[in-house]
Amino acid sequence: MNMPSLEIKELAFAYPDGNQALYGVNLSIQKGERVALLGPNGAGKTTLVMHMNGIHPTSHGSIHVAGQLVDSKNKESIKQIRSKVGIVFQDPDDQLFMPTVGEDVAFGPYNMGLRDAELSKVVDEALELVGMSEFKDRPPHHLSFGQRRRVAVATVLAMKPEILILDEPSSNLDPASRRELADILRSLDITIVMVTHDLPYAFELCERSVILSGGIIVADNDTKVILKDQGLLKSHRLELPVGFNLV
Amino acid sequence: MGERLYLHRHSLVHSLPSHLKIIAAIAFILVVVSTPITQWGAFIAYFLWILTVVSIAKIPFPLLFKRALIEIPFIFFAVLMPFFGSGEKIQVGPFDLYREGVIAGSGIVAKGTLGVMTAIILSTSTTAREILRGLERLRLPILMVQIASFMLRYVNVVNDEMERMKVARESRGFEATGVKHWKVLATAAGALFIRSYERGERVHLSMLSRGYEGVLPHEEQAKHTTTVWIKAMMYPLVAVAIFVIQLLIGKI
Repeated sequence: MNMPSLEIKELAFAYPDGNQALYGVNLSIQKGERVALLGPNGAGKTTLVMHMNGIHPTSHGSIHVAGQLVDSKNKESIKQIRSKVGIVFQDPDDQLFMPTVGEDVAFGPYNMGLRDAELSKVVDEALELVGMSEFKDRPPHHLSFGQRRRVAVATVLAMKPEILILDEPSSNLDPASRRELADILRSLDITIVMVTHDLPYAFELCERSVILSGGIIVADNDTKVILKDQGLLKSHRLELPVGFNLV
Repeated sequence: MGERLYLHRHSLVHSLPSHLKIIAAIAFILVVVSTPITQWGAFIAYFLWILTVVSIAKIPFPLLFKRALIEIPFIFFAVLMPFFGSGEKIQVGPFDLYREGVIAGSGIVAKGTLGVMTAIILSTSTTAREILRGLERLRLPILMVQIASFMLRYVNVVNDEMERMKVARESRGFEATGVKHWKVLATAAGALFIRSYERGERVHLSMLSRGYEGVLPHEEQAKHTTTVWIKAMMYPLVAVAIFVIQLLIGKI
């Protein structure tokens, strides 16, 4: 069965204060794809992400994750959706709230009902994937920012999601941490949606990019094609860094 | 912050399970508090026993006494008690003191000091995290334990944020010197509150995203052998023994 990991149809959303954030978003992402979701500040990227696991209830349109409808009213199904959609938030301090790294990684799988040996197995595996095994018993605030970001990725990987969503994964990282994270993300066999305005990072990691601007998808193509279109980028407040050339 | 009280050592006291240590500390304090201060011999023995436990726990004495200074504001009034009051007076050196005041004051100072020292042994030999686990095992309402553990996790984050705001203020030439600067400080405190509040919401979102339904994971409880229990309970039991012996001596 070849079901898309993520299928969004005509998704529209307005905040209770009447501020409309999304005006009918259509997006389909196949299993194993790595897609960059680009867009200027305030384009509705975060709002879109919050719909993908049912934190914002879908008011218009529909979202399917691996064929399953995201319906925030159905408690049982939303629980499954949240284990399928792993979101890595921008600030690792928002995500890592347990006293130790290991306990934090265990938080998601615990909520999914894993216990004891099974639980510690997925925790060890997830930490192994991001190269943070030796930090299992350390409190998060003793780690560097890059290490915390990696642990944040592990906390989500431990839930064995269908799709991994990263919100600005490269922000505040030094060049080495940035590359290490890229290596880790590349090594994962999983569908990835990367929300960013770090265009070189999108180019490095994602073969496909979509631009969300003004609440709709305005472009959906090969990352290379999109980044070469200076006019398109400019009209949506996106710019390549000075001196950056696509080879 | 948060973990700075803990002193890492390998000792019997450090190795005991935290909930037993909490029980032992509370029991010890109860025994001490119920001892009448007139049994002053018992208090000397309690004090010696505490020093013994401190050395078993490999806590340096200077550290113990330095941390015990925290009680000074609390015993301040107790020290004044002998000077005010009524009734029978006694002459101590150059001072004319009230007998009842001396008894009540010295009782507060002695019992307070013993209690503070017990708390120091507990906090120096147990990480804050372990104390929370212990309280959880002692069936303290889970909500309170969760609030405390979130506080423990975020006190550093909020503290850093506060520090950065302070540096940013000072970089623009601000220095709080007097009342006229309180307005700025109050605004900064307000901003810090809003930021922490918003962080709380983001943390909650990230918890929901990982399937949070109101229960935090907790460790399965390990059973402790009777030997461990006995070792931990030695702390209050010796105090009880001191109390009883003192009573018997008094009777003779």
